Amino acid sequence: MAATRTKAAPAAVKAASKTSDGPAKAARPPAAAKATGRAPSTKSAAAKVPALTREQELSAYREMLLIRRFEEKAGQMYGMGLIGGFCHLYIGQEAVVVGMQMASKAGDQVITGYRDHGHMLATGMSANGVMAELTGRRGGYSRGKGGSMHMFSAEKHFYGGHGIVGAQVSLGTGLAFANRYRGNDNVSLTYFGDGAANQGQVYESFNMAALWKLPVIYIIENNRYAMGTAVNRASAQTDFSRRGLSFNIPGEQVDGMDIRETYAAGLRAMEWCRAGKGPYILEMQTYRYRGHSMSDPAKYRSKDEVQKMRTEHDPIEQVRERLLKEWQVSEDELKTIDAGVRDIVAESAEFATNDPEPDPSELWTDILK
Amino acid sequence: MPVNILMPALSPTMEKGNLAKWTKKEGDKVKPGDVIAEIETDKATMEVEAVDEGILARILVAEGTQDVAVNEIIAVLTQEGEAAGSAPAPVAKSQQPTPEAAAMRADQSAPPAAPAVIQAPPAAAPVASVAADPDVPAGTEMVTMTVREALRDAMAEEMRKDDAVFVMGEEVAEYQGAYKITQGLLQEFGARRVIDTPITEHGFAGIGVGAAFTGLKPIVEFMTFNFAMQAIDQIINSAAKTLYMSGGQMGCPIVFRGPNGAAARVAAQHSQDYSAWYSHIPGLKVVAPYTAADAKGLLKAAIRDPNPVIFLENEILYGQSFEVPKLDDFVLPIGKARIHRPGKDVTIVAWSIGMTYATKAAAELEKLGIDAEVIDLRSLRPLDTETIIASVMKTGRIVTVEEGWQQSGVGAEISARVVERAFDYLDAPPARVSGKDVPMPYAANLEKLALPSVADVIEAVRAVTYK
Repeated sequence: MAATRTKAAPAAVKAASKTSDGPAKAARPPAAAKATGRAPSTKSAAAKVPALTREQELSAYREMLLIRRFEEKAGQMYGMGLIGGFCHLYIGQEAVVVGMQMASKAGDQVITGYRDHGHMLATGMSANGVMAELTGRRGGYSRGKGGSMHMFSAEKHFYGGHGIVGAQVSLGTGLAFANRYRGNDNVSLTYFGDGAANQGQVYESFNMAALWKLPVIYIIENNRYAMGTAVNRASAQTDFSRRGLSFNIPGEQVDGMDIRETYAAGLRAMEWCRAGKGPYILEMQTYRYRGHSMSDPAKYRSKDEVQKMRTEHDPIEQVRERLLKEWQVSEDELKTIDAGVRDIVAESAEFATNDPEPDPSELWTDILK
Repeated sequence: MPVNILMPALSPTMEKGNLAKWTKKEGDKVKPGDVIAEIETDKATMEVEAVDEGILARILVAEGTQDVAVNEIIAVLTQEGEAAGSAPAPVAKSQQPTPEAAAMRADQSAPPAAPAVIQAPPAAAPVASVAADPDVPAGTEMVTMTVREALRDAMAEEMRKDDAVFVMGEEVAEYQGAYKITQGLLQEFGARRVIDTPITEHGFAGIGVGAAFTGLKPIVEFMTFNFAMQAIDQIINSAAKTLYMSGGQMGCPIVFRGPNGAAARVAAQHSQDYSAWYSHIPGLKVVAPYTAADAKGLLKAAIRDPNPVIFLENEILYGQSFEVPKLDDFVLPIGKARIHRPGKDVTIVAWSIGMTYATKAAAELEKLGIDAEVIDLRSLRPLDTETIIASVMKTGRIVTVEEGWQQSGVGAEISARVVERAFDYLDAPPARVSGKDVPMPYAANLEKLALPSVADVIEAVRAVTYK
């Protein structure tokens, strides 16, 4: 319950009430978003969630769909042997990063772990560049030297793409440190999962971020499984919004399947950070449909569980339904968006398949500046 | 019976200190816990408390006396009605006890034993006969300063020049540095740029790296490199590899610095040499200076370098003095060794504290008629193979000296390169002097055995020269 949460994290109450004249008031976590890790219920939340504009809904739909279709294609290309190594798909979690990006401004930095393709696309990195990196080609963002887990874009302020679980939390805190040092109003959006949330350096970072009032939003993407280990088998405290309590970092549990909720929570967190109040924690309750990686048979959960999430909570379907019913967007209009997305993805696959591998001389470049 | 109050050792490496102030005077009654004096070391000013009850009968070392040796009798405590007895005459102000005299006094006074330190020359004496550095213009005026001061000056100069440079670490600001390397920086640059961190190496190393990704130039001080093992994932996986993994987009202009290797009597967890560890990693530069001039010129270079630089200092060298060029902007190239002492019979390669063994051995060897060339590597990555090979082609023999372990060590790497590139010039197999293959023991005698010695170097040289 929201009441339980706010009692535990009094600072969060302040944060929420500060913006209570806007969508924030209605944007409390849905009643079902309890520490038990049960599926957030969009039904019970529906009455309270803030509305997006028609344009926002359309844009969110397109952005999420791009990630979905891109990841589906990546999975397909992995199966064809075009993508090697590890490949962690973001399917199911799209509303988290898209909502946060909608709430952010140019100059804010993004950093995440290894399930990172969605974050790259959401920051505006090109599908061609990302896909070509997945296939290890010279047109990839890292010229084929990083792969799925290690991609960056200085231009889009995307700081990776990190393969060591939890490392991005200290690094993201460092991005926030740089913002404070330079005296700008940029915020570091630092993403990690429920698994990484148990790493020691996360709490070292929480401590310093709170101590120095660094503008960082810790976005914990709780997709319920750290690889194959369910949250309640790995975490003594499964309410991740409370993980900052001993550092007085406010936190919220958010229905991460609902773009309206992720966006509204993002706005609240960013206002908090930009006001110089220090870090903020958002536990995004989400779900990945696919396995941990491509080689995961997913024996640790039932097919029913996955199916239930897909049919009842899919982030894209929710928007699609609203667009059709509430915004009177026509099927044809949506088909045009779908087609546009498919074209982008198809082109990226084409590019990533035909782009040459890096020149052998690339082996020896970029080791030192 | 009168009790002698001895000059206390206030840190593992302290050999002497200044008697800054007596807070009691002759004839005062003291009881355990009373502060009787203030003693100043190169790291801090500390209060000395009385251990026994009695009357401070005689003060033997006047306040203001510099360089009082550890274990020297500084005062005599008597019981009521007891005579001060045959205590030695007071030491005149600023008189420096000769090492022999100090040792004798230490022998006479039973507890506590002085720390069995170390082969370092006295702090005040500049090291003689460093071959001219080709990077220093001829005729440059030189000033004598300690390695500690040189490091501090290097940071201060770079911080004045570039607002993107800042220092972070444990006790770097208000405490003025655990080893006083950052002394005065907080006062000059303020808390924005001189940042005390909590004791969380993994976390603050990651924060430093993240800040460096955005183009800031952090100097991350580790209180010692032993503690950097907590942070080594961020150093290697994040700092060293990101430029490569990002296809050249994201650099990491950061310096990780602090004392490395064995100090004195701090045992296994605090006495490790990480030269080999970091020099193994592509994407890092690794610097390990010996002289104050190199410390200054190379630290300035490290701060300016767009890559992550591991800057390995040595606690025992901090207090040693050397000549440093008096130049407005003295920067040395990373990756270039320096011929410390030219010679023709054998090449001795060392760096950092290893140079103390190498130079002393070279002086001894000279008496035996062996003319050793001593190369101070200064940088371990990039490793200046050319200078080593050129020297070996001249001498035909090589001895490497390091405090670290032999297996997969820097000496092993140098030996391999020499065998690969100058095999036909070798008149003897390469020899390695190193720390023994054991964790560092605590006991003074065992610690001495675990470390390399001047005798080890001499023996190795005699073996490769067949003399």
